[in-house]
Amino acid sequence: MSAVSLALWTVRFLVVALVVAGTIGTILKDRYTTAQWFEFVLFGLTIGSLYAQVALGYTMVYGVLRLINFAHGDIMMCGAFAGYFVATPLENSGFLEVHPVLGMTAILAAGMVVSGVIAVLTERIAYRPFRRVQGFAPLICAFGVSFFLEQTFRGLFGSSVKSYPAPKWEGVEFHWAGLSVPGVDVLVIVLAVAFMAVLYLIVQKTRMGMAMRAVSEDGEAAALMGVDVGKVIVFTFALGGAMAGIAGVFYAFLFKQVYFYMGFTPGIKAFGGAVLGGIGSVPGAMLGGFFLGLVESVGPSLFLDGIGIKAPYELRDVIAYTLMILVLVFRPQGILGEHMAKKRA
Amino acid sequence: MKTLTKAATTGLLFGVGGVYLALVGLLEMMQARPIVFGAVNLGQAVLALLALACGVVAARDAGPAFARAGAGLLGGLVAGALMALLQVIVATVPLQGMFIAASPALRNMLAFGFAPGPGALAMLLGGGIGGLAGAVLAVTLPSLRRAIVAGAAAVVIAGVFQELIQLMMQYEGIIGWIRDFVYTWQGLRPQGAVAIFVIAGGTSLVLSHRSSADHVPSPDERRRRRFISAGVALLVLVLMPLLAGAYIGEVLMLVGLYILMGMGLNLEVGLAGLLDLGFVAFFAVGAYTTALLTSGSSIGLLHLSYWEAMPIAVLISILGGVLFGLPVLGVRGDYLAVATLGLGEIVRIVVLSDFAAPLLGGPQGVLDIPKPSIGSFELGSPVKLFYLTLVCAGVAAFIAWRLENSRLGRAWEALRDDEDVAQALGVNLIRSKLLAYGLGAAFAGLGGSIFATMLGSVYPSSFQLLISINVLALIIVGGMGSLPGVVLGAIALIGLPELLREFGEYRYLFYGAALIVMMRWKPEGLWPSEVRSRELHAAAGEAEPVAAMEPG
Amino acid sequence: MAEASLLLCRRLTRRFGGIAALTDLDLEVAAGAIHSIIGPNGAGKTTVFNCITQNLSPTSGEVWFRSERIDGLTPDRVAAAGISRTYQNIRLFRNITAIENLLVGMHLHVHSHWWGAVLGTPHTRREEARAHAEALKLLHFIDLAGRGDLLARNLAYGEQRRLEIGRALATRPKLLLLDEPTAGMNPHETSRMMAFIQRVRAEFDITILLIEHQMRVVMGMSDRVTVLDHGAKIAEGTPAEVQGDPAVIEAYLGVKSAAPAAARDHAASLLGAAASER
Repeated sequence: MSAVSLALWTVRFLVVALVVAGTIGTILKDRYTTAQWFEFVLFGLTIGSLYAQVALGYTMVYGVLRLINFAHGDIMMCGAFAGYFVATPLENSGFLEVHPVLGMTAILAAGMVVSGVIAVLTERIAYRPFRRVQGFAPLICAFGVSFFLEQTFRGLFGSSVKSYPAPKWEGVEFHWAGLSVPGVDVLVIVLAVAFMAVLYLIVQKTRMGMAMRAVSEDGEAAALMGVDVGKVIVFTFALGGAMAGIAGVFYAFLFKQVYFYMGFTPGIKAFGGAVLGGIGSVPGAMLGGFFLGLVESVGPSLFLDGIGIKAPYELRDVIAYTLMILVLVFRPQGILGEHMAKKRA
Repeated sequence: MKTLTKAATTGLLFGVGGVYLALVGLLEMMQARPIVFGAVNLGQAVLALLALACGVVAARDAGPAFARAGAGLLGGLVAGALMALLQVIVATVPLQGMFIAASPALRNMLAFGFAPGPGALAMLLGGGIGGLAGAVLAVTLPSLRRAIVAGAAAVVIAGVFQELIQLMMQYEGIIGWIRDFVYTWQGLRPQGAVAIFVIAGGTSLVLSHRSSADHVPSPDERRRRRFISAGVALLVLVLMPLLAGAYIGEVLMLVGLYILMGMGLNLEVGLAGLLDLGFVAFFAVGAYTTALLTSGSSIGLLHLSYWEAMPIAVLISILGGVLFGLPVLGVRGDYLAVATLGLGEIVRIVVLSDFAAPLLGGPQGVLDIPKPSIGSFELGSPVKLFYLTLVCAGVAAFIAWRLENSRLGRAWEALRDDEDVAQALGVNLIRSKLLAYGLGAAFAGLGGSIFATMLGSVYPSSFQLLISINVLALIIVGGMGSLPGVVLGAIALIGLPELLREFGEYRYLFYGAALIVMMRWKPEGLWPSEVRSRELHAAAGEAEPVAAMEPG
Repeated sequence: MAEASLLLCRRLTRRFGGIAALTDLDLEVAAGAIHSIIGPNGAGKTTVFNCITQNLSPTSGEVWFRSERIDGLTPDRVAAAGISRTYQNIRLFRNITAIENLLVGMHLHVHSHWWGAVLGTPHTRREEARAHAEALKLLHFIDLAGRGDLLARNLAYGEQRRLEIGRALATRPKLLLLDEPTAGMNPHETSRMMAFIQRVRAEFDITILLIEHQMRVVMGMSDRVTVLDHGAKIAEGTPAEVQGDPAVIEAYLGVKSAAPAAARDHAASLLGAAASER
């Protein structure tokens, strides 16, 4: 094992050295104001809340099926498109300006329903035949689904980037202790946390949620106890899909655009978040998503600027992917995934 | 009653499929490809095919002949009704703001040029007739059915690829006469279509008669046949660019490049079971190393010749593969796939970034990469480079074939099936896995190197995740672990879409569907790897792959 | 340490989280013996195997094999040292043929490099030919002659069991670990398997450490028996010694030692009946 250990220790050393040197360098340079740091953190939390929502879908599906639903990011994209097609007429007719709550409810509902339905359909068509299959056939099939969804949306709605409507109330900023807080960020974080709390309650308190946890623990035992595993799986996909749909709507609102490829990168990153938190663990996925968002947002300025890298923000995704690979290599069981890891061994 | 419900459901499914094809924009695009000039285009053929297939499926297991006919008719009617409904909706509701394909041209096509009302009726009738015909086809004699299918397929191929085929028939004399009989410059003539249908169908009939009387070929015979067909395929591949000109040369060049990379990834995924989605990373390493070592521009480092740079590029790719392989040795299965995917994306972003721009040129890339030359003979054109690629792919295939039947190959296969057990039998996991990563990276790097000199320049935008997906898809469609499968997969997934260029943007839709369909219904691929019979041939000294005992 | 002992485990312990699967196990296996490990479900028998072959690293304790310490080695080095095993739920390489399974087992003893295979050097060809000849002999020994070109997954159950043993033998072990080789077999098949195991010992001159559930098998052919319960050794000795041990009867039947004499007699007669078949 010596060569491998050496390699692993080298990687550890390099990462720690980079982070420490970068941080010290950045602090010494003192290029960013407190307001800027605050902005980074807030944005990190905002985007992290979306990763957390998407990560939930990965983690729940992995729990019941032991499958990485690679197309989950694209299911988020479907929700964003659904939201777009509701939001645009609402905005054009002026409804969204006057009735923000009603309007947003309609948009979110569209995103939830469409994403949930598509998630269930993908399970029915693409994943169900693989329930008992080992090896990587299911994962490759998931890739196929991802491509199929992206390209279908491209064919249906075109490959151009569509700009999302921006109602005026969205531009509201709060001011507090000299810091300005964009209203959208607050809206997204608060609503995302609220939805996740609801999901957590569903998983913890309802009969279906309990059945889901039982299947995650031990599918065969749960089936013997009379749990309808098929139904639980459909429920899981619907729940995860709906959550991704909400995230898609928010994502589109934040970045003001929708296009067919928009789900891919956040999808991969959210998976990283799910692994980071401990795949199979619902609280872990939320935690991992937030953490990933924070690192991705703060990291470029904190680690990379300090060691003299130009335009560090371009390398934001590199930080996210590197973090994901490090987690896969060094701690595949994640932060809260202790018991899952034992079962995999 | 049950039969009727089933027929209606089948019709519904096929109708939804048709609506999907229409809204995604495929039907309208197919309309532009004539099959028989002035009579039938590809879009209409696909519609007809849908109706026929609907009839066949709906009539299956429907009992007596009249019930089958009824089921086929009903299925076709339902599917036709759905398409007719779509046409009417497109005609009355302005949908194009949402669905970009819902254009007047699409409506016109779905109504066969009629007004909405009569058009809907025509579609309904057409669906019904098609379904009925499908049902009839399902109950006809198998040999006759095969003949009809073969004839129709031949006509479609001759029509769709008319440009290419005509290019290859640019001769005077008898070939020219045949060409003029079959084709106009725009497409197949009706008389040509009929002739091709008759010839292909007739051949199929004759063959099916003969083969039913034939004996089952012995393994030796099958092996000989296989060798002969492989030889013929190789000969065709070598001669093709000479016959068909520069454009085909370019397409074949790409196919060759992907065969080369497919051989590499096949070692990793097919044999060793390491699902690597970061293949593009080593492709990029090979391309950029070659570019930096040879480029005549200011960013070039050493201004080497191509032949000096290529081995260095391959070595550096191997090094990259091993260096990445070391830390991820303990990562298994799905997690490995995602980790390697992350690596591929990291390489792409870094290459594109301002951070690496002083070295790698950033978005502007590296220009002015020389072509390889042998003596004073420069491999300047794609066709000439194609032969270089073919040689490299041949070497790669040879290495892969030899390794497959070696101690290392067996260790890889063991690793793929059960890593723990392989290790408990004495297989050194680190060595075997690193060799798999290293050799895979070598082939990818070689591919990248050729790619760089082919284009004469490298840009970050060439190194998308899609390259990894292309290679993975082609080995899966061809058959994991199967060497001929790699060739077949590359031709089907890389060559065909290049020939049908206008469908380029639908290529990945097709890939996605192909991955799902293959994994669900034919996970072993189009040309599955063979079960090697070694017990019986061990006495002959050397073990060679021979005919399959059973499909894997 | 005694000269005669081939394998020696000292205070072997393995914990999973807080649960101890194996506690302070001392085990000594004499060269040339058939040594059995028995015990109720969950007694930690397979964990012993995993800790010997280093598929699991022991939490504490030592494993000595032929006077060398092997705990801490990787499983492939343990195999090279001369220990090979089979699995309770057969773990063949299912997607390659039977003979290829055997050839993988010979991995350690085929001396060729990958570049030799690519270039087709005479040395590689000779090695391959030799390996083939040996694999054929082995195939014959495990009674699978003529079935070697079938995919492992298409073999019958009993054939798979024998193939797995053959694959283990292909590594030329000094010590063979068999994990419930008669699991899922009817009495007739079991008898054949017992005869086969004895033939393996005679032919290959090796030591066998055996996990078994069927008392008949254990008592019928073991030289020595170790009884585990809850991860600890509760008895050890010849089959005759072990079968009379009250602790063993208690572990197997779940009766307290103060339980009615009738139950104990029943248990003793069960064990005794098995032994008398010897």
